[in-house]
Amino acid sequence: MTSTDQQPFLSIKDLKVHFSTEDGTVKAVDGLSFDLVRGKTLGIVGESGSGKSVTNLTILGLHNPDSTTVEGSITLDGEELNGASERKLEKLRGNKMSMIFQDALTSLSPYHTIGKQIGETYRKHTGCSKKAARDRAIEMLKRVGIPQPEVRVDDYPHQFSGGMRQRAMIAMALVCDPELLIADEPTTALDVTVQAQIMDLLKDLQKEFGTAIIFITHDLGVIADIADDVLVMYGGRCVERGTKKEVLRDPQHPYTWGLLSSMPSLDHPVDVPLNPIPGSPPSLLNPPSGCRFHPRCTFAEKVEGGLCSSERPLLELVDGRGSACHLTAEQRGEYFSDLAGSAAN
Amino acid sequence: MSSTTPLLDVSGLTKHFPIKGGFPIRRTVGHVQAVDGLDFQVNESESLGLVGESGCGKSTTGRLITRLLEPTAGKISYQGKDITHASRKDLAPVRSEIQMIFQDPYASLNPRHTVGKIIAGPMEINDINPAGGREKRVRELLEIVGLNPEHYNRFPHEFSGGQRQRIGVARALALDPKLIVADEPVSALLQKVQQELGIAFLFIAHDLAVVRHFSQRVAVMYLGKIVEIADRDDLYGNPRHPYTRALLSAVPEATVDETPPRERIRLQGDVPSPINPPSGCRFRTRCWKATEKCATEAPPLVQVEGNKPGHLTACHYPETAEVASAPRLAKDPEPAA
Repeated sequence: MTSTDQQPFLSIKDLKVHFSTEDGTVKAVDGLSFDLVRGKTLGIVGESGSGKSVTNLTILGLHNPDSTTVEGSITLDGEELNGASERKLEKLRGNKMSMIFQDALTSLSPYHTIGKQIGETYRKHTGCSKKAARDRAIEMLKRVGIPQPEVRVDDYPHQFSGGMRQRAMIAMALVCDPELLIADEPTTALDVTVQAQIMDLLKDLQKEFGTAIIFITHDLGVIADIADDVLVMYGGRCVERGTKKEVLRDPQHPYTWGLLSSMPSLDHPVDVPLNPIPGSPPSLLNPPSGCRFHPRCTFAEKVEGGLCSSERPLLELVDGRGSACHLTAEQRGEYFSDLAGSAAN
Repeated sequence: MSSTTPLLDVSGLTKHFPIKGGFPIRRTVGHVQAVDGLDFQVNESESLGLVGESGCGKSTTGRLITRLLEPTAGKISYQGKDITHASRKDLAPVRSEIQMIFQDPYASLNPRHTVGKIIAGPMEINDINPAGGREKRVRELLEIVGLNPEHYNRFPHEFSGGQRQRIGVARALALDPKLIVADEPVSALLQKVQQELGIAFLFIAHDLAVVRHFSQRVAVMYLGKIVEIADRDDLYGNPRHPYTRALLSAVPEATVDETPPRERIRLQGDVPSPINPPSGCRFRTRCWKATEKCATEAPPLVQVEGNKPGHLTACHYPETAEVASAPRLAKDPEPAA
């Protein structure tokens, strides 16, 4: 599904984000590259601390400039964002690119009405009157499916339910018709039925406006529903890329394979125990040598010469598809067979 | 149910939390009807999954069964003995047999106690001295839950979230309980524990996909009531209540291009407030099949026609098996009346 003829709208090249802390340098993102075209959704999957949120905060320029070093290039519609002035970023944020956060209650101000918070962004970027901003807020609330928007526009966040707050957040993010929308786990705190509503809403809005979406999640089920392309992150690096179908059907990296086989599902045979990935995510202060996944990888010892612990596997992409792993295609075919078996059921 | 006494028998269990308001004298102005008349049993070594969305009363149910909350009405029997309003003293022996694993592993471990002290705590309170000493038993338990016994002297903050959950499990296992109430377990470990140690479980969760791996029987809750309860295969293979179907269809699955495509039902709106729940069937405001009858008459939880024994559904218009074999695509329920 990667269109080669379309200019990428957002292009990230060899992005490195390092934080200096008292204990040393945290390499939160370590050489990440990806492109995104208009009207498509890129799903970024990874555990907590894999660098997925940091990447996106950096795109928006929301990192702390005093303690963060950003290397590499971020271009949005041909404009370089890394090192851009705060003034320029302010013009883009909320206007051309915007973000939906995970926890809607902490991201909304409890002291201001929903309508005022939605209208504020609009006024800032268009310089319109308060009345026009209010009308726009009502229109947005209506669009995201809030009943009685004329009344609810004057409500405070605590008067909204969890699902409605997330809708209000989406209304706020979309108020200026952004071309890039970053959604950071927007449905994680919601119930499944509400999650399904929110994802349908995002898909409809994308169809209507051709927004490019980066959808961050740790749930592969959500990815299967919403994404076109998938990027799997581990320890600040991309370990696998491809279309949704390629990654979920035929994972190439042992980490992706592990995520898929540890996931409880409605189709997985019940008598086969779930297969969790052993260990915990690596410390980015002192990351493992070579492949960052090797201490937890079931297959690391099968690679000859201890290559996994000594040499960083490179991500080689052919038509946007590839993984960073030392295993050969034949080895993968042999070791990953169980998953194919269970998926066929 | 079989003729033998179930391990846990709950009937008509109800919990209403009073809402205080007014000035200067604070009176009770209403009730949050968190749990409203639950009937279910848990048999020896069986695991029952309790599923529902936030606010449906599933966690309250867990707290009522462990008697951390006092029920408003109804009856809880443990091994045939009524423990609904048992005194602290009468409850003491039962409490060591019913253990709880709490939702938040951060909040439920004392940060100033070592792991060894935390896990040995229940043994200390009940004055239990296992052969070989408590420390040996704690080390065994750490091994069972997949933690390193060397971690005996560490503090909770030195562990990751998943590891803390394991500490909670080890503590629950310390007294060889017969029943464990687990609130939102996230660990595949419990699957192993349940199968190997043969302990009865009440799994409280919001995710039908997770429960499927843990439970032999599943109960689905909505707004304080059980809407459907059945053996696992019956519930997932032949869901009769519209809510169960909607919940199943909303589970995100990591599969692409399925044949045949899964049924898609999108519920509109949110769960109504438990302070003032809808009359009759509580699901009717979001149900696409609701009629006048649903508003006036609460459907009883019974074995509706076409259900196998033990499969109970509370619905006037249960879904039929034929519909299950012919999945509906993009079924949009009509907006709530």
